[in-house]
Amino acid sequence: MKRFTELIQQLETSNKTNDKIAALVDYFSTADERDKPYVIAMFTGKKPKRPVSTTLIKEWAIEKSGVPEWLFAESYHSVGDLSETIALILPPPEKETDLKLHEWINALQDLTGKTDVEKKSFILESWNSLDTAQRFIFNKLISGNFRIGVSHKMLVNALAKQSDTDSNRIMHSIMGKWKPDEVTYKELVEGFHVNTDNSWPYPFCLAYALEITPDQLGDPADWQAEWKWDGIRGQIVKRNGELFIWSRGEELVTEQFPELHFLKEELEDGTVLDGEILSVKDGNVQAFSILQQRLNRKTINKSQLNDAPIGFFTYDLLEYRGTDLRAQSLKERRILLESTLLNLKTSGIVLASPVVSYDSWEQLAAIRQKSRENNSEGLMLKKLDSPYHTGRKRGDWWKWKINPYTVDTVMIYAQKGNGRRANFFTDYTFAVRDGENLITVAKAYSGLTDKEIKEVDTFVKKNAIEKFGPVRTVKPELVFEIAFEGIAESKRHKAGLALRFPRIARWRKDKIAAEINTLDDLRQLLQSTLSS
Amino acid sequence: MAILKFTDKGIYCEQGDFYIDPWKPVGYAVITHGHADHARWGNAAYLCHELSKPILQHRLGEIQIQTLPYNKEISINGVKLSLHPAGHVIGSAQVRLAYKGEVAVVSGDYKVEHDGISTAFEPVKCHTFVSESTFGLPIYKWKAQARIFEEIKNWASDNADQSKTTVLVAYSLGKAQRLIKNLADWGDIYVHTAIANLNERFIEAGVDLPPTIRITPDIKKETLQQGIVIVPPALADGRWIKTLNQAATGICSGWMQVRAGRRWRSADAGFALSDHADWPGLLQAVKATGAEQVYVTHGFTATFARYLNEIDIQAAEVKTQYGNEEEEEIELLTRESAS
Repeated sequence: MKRFTELIQQLETSNKTNDKIAALVDYFSTADERDKPYVIAMFTGKKPKRPVSTTLIKEWAIEKSGVPEWLFAESYHSVGDLSETIALILPPPEKETDLKLHEWINALQDLTGKTDVEKKSFILESWNSLDTAQRFIFNKLISGNFRIGVSHKMLVNALAKQSDTDSNRIMHSIMGKWKPDEVTYKELVEGFHVNTDNSWPYPFCLAYALEITPDQLGDPADWQAEWKWDGIRGQIVKRNGELFIWSRGEELVTEQFPELHFLKEELEDGTVLDGEILSVKDGNVQAFSILQQRLNRKTINKSQLNDAPIGFFTYDLLEYRGTDLRAQSLKERRILLESTLLNLKTSGIVLASPVVSYDSWEQLAAIRQKSRENNSEGLMLKKLDSPYHTGRKRGDWWKWKINPYTVDTVMIYAQKGNGRRANFFTDYTFAVRDGENLITVAKAYSGLTDKEIKEVDTFVKKNAIEKFGPVRTVKPELVFEIAFEGIAESKRHKAGLALRFPRIARWRKDKIAAEINTLDDLRQLLQSTLSS
Repeated sequence: MAILKFTDKGIYCEQGDFYIDPWKPVGYAVITHGHADHARWGNAAYLCHELSKPILQHRLGEIQIQTLPYNKEISINGVKLSLHPAGHVIGSAQVRLAYKGEVAVVSGDYKVEHDGISTAFEPVKCHTFVSESTFGLPIYKWKAQARIFEEIKNWASDNADQSKTTVLVAYSLGKAQRLIKNLADWGDIYVHTAIANLNERFIEAGVDLPPTIRITPDIKKETLQQGIVIVPPALADGRWIKTLNQAATGICSGWMQVRAGRRWRSADAGFALSDHADWPGLLQAVKATGAEQVYVTHGFTATFARYLNEIDIQAAEVKTQYGNEEEEEIELLTRESAS
């Protein structure tokens, strides 16, 4: 596991993509053969069953380190990562073991079904034979949550480079169904298993935000405009009688959306649709806040099915009668997409995302201003002669979003950050005015430069009024403009509403606290989104 | 009456009418060590350890300054005062005060491991102990410095093999001299002017510091690539480093113990080498004093004080303005480059 620990350290200490890829290539060229598939599985989020619960791990770490529970909690808050906190807080190891990575993983899997006493003795024994860096890795193996800044794409690029294979094939291969104990590294990069696998999705084509004016894109007739929907990007795969719904995060979400299951009967085999999962009622797209009720739930009740019915607005056809269409032009794919939808017997649920017609960029700009009326976030611009790219590629697909909503607020609480910002006050709570009172409407962590963070940090240290554990109440003086994507009713929040994806847009040094927005301003905005 | 008072100007001894490490100008200031958050401008008179004197003069200019060696007792308005090694940086001292049988020790910043260049920390028995807690969490447990220096040397050798220039980032007072002393057998050490200036003062004062080379514009980049370059934190992200041949930066700081600390600083390597006591060091130091009352001045004050109370050592946190060495250091460098 030393070699793998070294890899993680290399990946963590560099923020340059090329260094990271070089570290990965080097690893896959020198590491133990049997370890490699496990590493790929880990980096693509294939989690083995968790052998021991977090609660137990924490309990044993507290016991072994001899610190009180509150002190462990404080340490955790400062470190920002449980695996790392445990690695650091335990007493130094008394022994040394040198097992391979896959041996550790399998040893952990063997714990499943054992008694807590047996599990505990194995975990304590392991902690006592690994140094801090390896202990951290070991703890990550237990939790299965390996987040170290290696995107799927970066991993795929490294594997492609190391094995001199086409990256698309590798992307297919590692996104499919396979188990690290059943395949070799060679089989994996050669993609031996993907042809027999019905479920594999295509890598999503992603768009960049448009930073220029659209007239710089050339002739409007070369482009197709669509609404940019605010839902869940999804890919629907129908092959050999089976239906799969994949989300952007490459998760299978088929079970979450029973409304779409009719496609299993009605779509032809060898069909793959790309589009947006939305809440659609009476043909209208509903606000994201309504769709949200349906996300990440194990069970769905009747009222949820009734209030937030699901629809799928499809805008691309990636596979047709088993043939990969991605190299064909958008124009050709769109024609086939529309004819595919004509064959569906069930209507009103799976629809072609409408093409917005326009004659000039000026006209389109005016249409874009009305995006909020149909609960979209703006427009998508797609080149009619473009293929369906793998991943994010500049030039053929553009997001032309309308500006976010904004509200002027005052900072009332500050808290020290987690992780890399653990020693600065970086997490702030913002309020708007409601008569005489200040009502919390958002918490935000990002949007300031390091210099501004230091400035706010100094302000907080000098102007703290009260202290509640790690939180400081500060004088309501600093005004921040908060940008957000949407607004929803919320019983959990005192304000009665919640902002979606709030972040600091600007520090309004030119404004004083008396000039901030009121709760009534936000209520009016909420009403206007619900009535459309 | 208590021998120490915590005022808005600093830690005050009323019986002796003097302050220890005040942050606002006072008549008589006893200084624990030369870091800018402990030794500030504007006091009418200063008292410090004899090895802190050259630093104070260097940083504060012409000031009225009196010095003491370690372990020598003097009397100020009837209060007995002596300085004892704190092991933090060269010249750093714990201030012991005794009045009518009551003893208090103000330790400033300290570490318990001997670093090879500062006089090693000595515990001092007292009734009241004033402690820092910069690394007052049980996640901070330092490796023995011999191991860390071995890691730094290996890293420097790897860099040299790959034609990279090794750049270490360290405070100009304290960490820099510690690195110089412990890395001198690896090869040539090139230091930033701010560090070179301090080094000269130390050598004049009789500190046994290995020779280093002051970085000047006429030193070739190829030459720097052969050795180890040491710069203060303010320069870590600066343009100058980018002009070096493939600089690999390594930050030497206790904050490097945590991954988040390493990422936040975006360096190529982080070495958890600190001039402050780690968690076991803080506990060891506090227990060795036998103090009945502990005051925690900076760092994880609330946490450390609460823990001490739980292990039956009466402790309280006090609000001070210590603990921002880094910002002060940046300020100092700006002044130096302007002058």
